[in-house]
Amino acid sequence: MHIMAQAGTVSAMPDAKSHLWRDAAGIALISACGAAGYWLFPDNLALLTRIVAVALLVLSIDLVVGYCGVATLGQAALFGAGAYAAGIACVNGVTEPMTLIAIGAIAGAAAGLLMGGVMLRAHGLAQLVLSIAIVQLFHEAANKASAYTGGSDGLAGLMVSPLFGLFEFDLWGRTAYLMGLVLLLLVFIALKFVVASPFGMLCRGIKQDPVRIRAMGAFVFPVLLKMFVISGAVAGTGGALAAVSTQVVGLDSVSFELSANALVMLVLGGLGTLYGALIGTVIFMGFEHVVSAFNPFHWMTMVGALLIAVVLAAPGGLTSLVGKVAASRQGKP
Amino acid sequence: MQTILSIAIDALAFGMVLFIICIGLSLTMGLMRVVNLAHGAFAMIAGYIASYAARDLGLGYAASIFLAIIGTIVISIPLERFLYRRIYGSPELTQVLMTIGLTFCVIGITNYFMGPTLKIIPLPEALSQPLDVGFRTIAAHRLFVIACGAAVAGGLWYLIERTTFGIKLRATVDNAAMSDALGVRTQVVYAISFAIAIGLAALGGVVGAEFLPIEPYYALRYMVTFLVVVSVGGAGSIPGALIACLVLGFVDTTGRYLMPDFGNFFFYAAVILIVCLFPRGFLGRAQ
Repeated sequence: MHIMAQAGTVSAMPDAKSHLWRDAAGIALISACGAAGYWLFPDNLALLTRIVAVALLVLSIDLVVGYCGVATLGQAALFGAGAYAAGIACVNGVTEPMTLIAIGAIAGAAAGLLMGGVMLRAHGLAQLVLSIAIVQLFHEAANKASAYTGGSDGLAGLMVSPLFGLFEFDLWGRTAYLMGLVLLLLVFIALKFVVASPFGMLCRGIKQDPVRIRAMGAFVFPVLLKMFVISGAVAGTGGALAAVSTQVVGLDSVSFELSANALVMLVLGGLGTLYGALIGTVIFMGFEHVVSAFNPFHWMTMVGALLIAVVLAAPGGLTSLVGKVAASRQGKP
Repeated sequence: MQTILSIAIDALAFGMVLFIICIGLSLTMGLMRVVNLAHGAFAMIAGYIASYAARDLGLGYAASIFLAIIGTIVISIPLERFLYRRIYGSPELTQVLMTIGLTFCVIGITNYFMGPTLKIIPLPEALSQPLDVGFRTIAAHRLFVIACGAAVAGGLWYLIERTTFGIKLRATVDNAAMSDALGVRTQVVYAISFAIAIGLAALGGVVGAEFLPIEPYYALRYMVTFLVVVSVGGAGSIPGALIACLVLGFVDTTGRYLMPDFGNFFFYAAVILIVCLFPRGFLGRAQ
């Protein structure tokens, strides 16, 4: 997977100008899709807001898994840290939505620092197991500290004041959705800069060959830890957005299942590309919404079959399939 | 004293159940380098077969166990041939994702055919009664499970250390290409060890049904537990897996007896501590 997912993006370095145009077009496309969702599904804005929040989580996993090559099945710990921090702050009287988002991001970053500090001590399978153990511990801790988190009943009754003092959070979730969409776009643009920076390139280098990077004189651990903190901030933002928009924080936001599902979305869309994270989230959650309405167990069978198919037939995810088709159209192999 | 003894017996029995199921996974991961998260799904399939055989066909306990092991191995053969062979040697993430996908499929299909309710495997008379061992009575089923675990550990040790097949197996683990060149048919060795691993999962699933009840989410609920136990013990090491199962079984059972409110807290805290102290597991080999 090291080579498969990365060969295209690193070896081919087109000039900066065409990159800039492509990114501008991509961001315009995301805004257009978001706006289309707003006009086309006015009754399902709660679901769309949830998709935006989970998209932030999937982006944060992409930073760690897709760009650094650190396999994790515990990213929901960071999402949940952001959600609970925002929720607890809100219950205790901080009701300004943007402040809550910032609190979520900071809490996520702090949790990312902790998680990275523990996880990066191990390698390979032990690392994966540590990530699972951490998310389970967070889950138990949130369950136990019911005085602060509401335990298994969830933390309810978040009264968020209007955004900038002007826009109420209405029953249809218009304000929440638009706020989420703008947040997602801002985070996406910021992450584009992060992954294109020398720091982002160093991360990709570590993913491909940590030994060689170390031999070149760079320190691997601090770089990865920094990426973990950034990833934690992104996941925490997603968690805070989920908390603010639904006004409830449940135990499921720190669950192993959410981590695993988010990883599946990422792999479905394609590792190592920010667009893949968004595409995978939208397709997965859209399908889930439609199919699980009939029978949740059929949904499990379908996700399982889809996963097996993606791993065997399109290891780079759907975006790499699109890329391959586009390349063959242009006559390049 | 009474409490300590009953905790100890329960912890030992639970640890042995973990051991019987996990040693198969440990073999798959240590030998074939496949992170088979669907291992628990095979244990669950065996539980369903045994439950069906015992309750609907009216077979005895021993016959049900036998049928469950054979049935599960038969189900696993096409899966090994068509799915697992494609991911030998792939990165861990690929293997994890494909076997999670397989687990999801098994859960969905099982629920469709068998329904979401808990299935029980009726115990025979002899095992459901408490047994008097002189100074106190112990549930016979616990002793049976402990004996099964000891038998599996001893049998595997004999198989790997004292037989021709064991020599080929160890050679293949150490250097597959070289063993192949020396005339060991590594594909056959792989296939047989996979079948043994699945058979052990099946045995563990049936005899451990009292500890880990059989229901459709079994495969997902205990997937993490099994993976954690194997990585704590060190993949591919039988004594390592035994130590890990006994330690974690003890921590988990004791935690549940003395502080039931904390659930899995002690289990995962112990895991983080152990993995940080022994990054390769208790007896994992250096890579």
